Amino acid sequence: MQLDIRLPMGLLFLLLGIILVTYGFVSDHAIYVQHSLGQNVNLFWGSIFALFGAAMLWLARKKAK
Amino acid sequence: MHVLLFPTLLAMSGGAAGPSSTRAVILQLATVDYLILASYFAFVIGIGWVVRRQMKTSSDFFESGRSLPAWICALGFIGANLGAQEVVGMAASGAKYGIATSHFYWVGAIPAMVFVGLFMMPFYYGSKARSVPEYLKLRFDEKTRTFNALSFAVMTVFSSGISMFALAKLLNAILGWNFDGCIIVSSLIVLIYIYSGGLTSAIYNEVLQFFLIVLGFLPLVILGLQDIGGWDGLMKNLDAYSVTKGMPGAWSSSWAHMGTPTANPIGIEWFGLVAGLGFVLSFGYWCTDFLVIQRAMAAKDMNAARRTPLIAAIPKMMFPALVILPGMLAIALYHKGGTANIALPVGADGNPDYNMVVPAMLAKYFPNGMLGIGLTALMASFMSGMAGNVTAFNTVWTYDLYQRWINHDASDAHLIKVGRVTTVVGLILSACCAYAAAKFNNIMDMLQLVFGFVNAPLFAIFLLGMFWRRATGHGAFFGLLLGTLSAAIFQGSTLPVGETVSLLKGGWLGVQQTFASSMAQNFWMAIFAFSGCFLGTLFISLATAPNRTDDQLRGLVYSLTEKQTDVPGSAWYARPMPLGLLVLGATLVLNIIFW
Repeated sequence: MQLDIRLPMGLLFLLLGIILVTYGFVSDHAIYVQHSLGQNVNLFWGSIFALFGAAMLWLARKKAK
Repeated sequence: MHVLLFPTLLAMSGGAAGPSSTRAVILQLATVDYLILASYFAFVIGIGWVVRRQMKTSSDFFESGRSLPAWICALGFIGANLGAQEVVGMAASGAKYGIATSHFYWVGAIPAMVFVGLFMMPFYYGSKARSVPEYLKLRFDEKTRTFNALSFAVMTVFSSGISMFALAKLLNAILGWNFDGCIIVSSLIVLIYIYSGGLTSAIYNEVLQFFLIVLGFLPLVILGLQDIGGWDGLMKNLDAYSVTKGMPGAWSSSWAHMGTPTANPIGIEWFGLVAGLGFVLSFGYWCTDFLVIQRAMAAKDMNAARRTPLIAAIPKMMFPALVILPGMLAIALYHKGGTANIALPVGADGNPDYNMVVPAMLAKYFPNGMLGIGLTALMASFMSGMAGNVTAFNTVWTYDLYQRWINHDASDAHLIKVGRVTTVVGLILSACCAYAAAKFNNIMDMLQLVFGFVNAPLFAIFLLGMFWRRATGHGAFFGLLLGTLSAAIFQGSTLPVGETVSLLKGGWLGVQQTFASSMAQNFWMAIFAFSGCFLGTLFISLATAPNRTDDQLRGLVYSLTEKQTDVPGSAWYARPMPLGLLVLGATLVLNIIFW
């Protein structure tokens, strides 16, 4: 049985997304003013990571069924 | 683009070797960044560990058991190439040359990828050869194969060593990390996952890394564009910058300034570009380099193998937005506000240090958190460059050199062992190369030059071998030597403007011609090497007796191979020909839009 790459990929991106979103909530807003033009890029892009990861997991699950 | 890769990386080494030792650390990491790095590498190693159980035969280890779906092979195909020269080097070129850097994609890579998928893959995959040198043995003879296998083996170890060196030097410069530590850790990680999972593990990690780079670098481009005032703002600033460089408008168009070499910062005219880069060098790389071909040969069937480079071409043609645009943004920002705007260090020649474009952009736009992602993506790209080379090296060593010359009757289980030991040896040799690069820059430049001589003519013998059944073994072998000789003679009698005569720069046979840039010299050298090899192979083949019967050539040569037919009723995207034409059409449109 071959490993479906979408499974580890989904898990990794979901995990990275959760880390980024969590950090986006707890971090000081000053770092976003300093770097990313005042936008909380961790929160926003972290959600994209998490969504991408979830989509990969869903695809892997769909195929396994 | 091995030939083109080394100058960039060696330039990085040159840049980092001097002032960088005293350069301030420019990226400050926080716990969250380390957490992200650690998660990624845990997954990379974990994948190797899980895939380990799939490795039952040598075919599993070296060819992924020829079992992977097209989309995975396709992402591996570009992932293996998405090394340091793409992420760091293309951004550097974007700053140095502007939009014209896209020629490396829209003239260089894409047409060659379509050609290999449509016309060459049937012979590679259909011949059941396990490697590119093995195809040469089936088509020509043992000496051509061994020559190719040897030069390829040395070159892969060398490239992997250079990647390792560039990674360690860069991390040392931007994070203050210990050079030796970086070499050891990066080798160990690559070792663990290839040792356990062979090619499958390498390809899976390339897929992972592909998405990490795309998703990790996209926000960098978006933030940069927001900051400079969108595309219009970027163009306005680039135009202003190009005026200060004496080539108005040259940074914001790809073709408009290609009439003469002096009108564009690359220093090349359209013919040398199209023939040298677009034809000889790109086809030579994408159509014959086992590093990428190996990914397509791992596909589960012929249709998947042919579609591998075609599917890969779709994201590949979008890559300029991801890897070149950051460089253009950096130079535009730099022009707008100097070092106050972007921390781009200035080199001794008064120009910004282009190789620091990506780190400087990361430092400017990524807060901790995203910074960890960006850095992970950067490290992943260097490591996949190493891993791609190491997997190609262990396959060629095991099948084309060890099994052929040392132990002809080796059992399958023994071959897997040899492959694993070769992985260890390959990485140790790479590390030696990395230290050699750190100590003797000249030796590396010299080696790069020699590989340029050997590689430039290579495509000619594949072209003749696959499409002309009269080509013979002697013709190919001596044609290759003639091509290499032509390259050396050409280099010896030409010189880039502003350089002095030397073995490395050229002109040692007496300068007959000068070029506006060393890149132009390189492209034209490729044209000469290819022509020398092509004509040499042609005439020597006609003068020698065919060494293969038509029966032996079945499946290896166009005229003696059954044409590939599509499964009737299958969707257009499942058929190579419509897919290939679509890719070419889209590339043409991109060339016109950014003319």
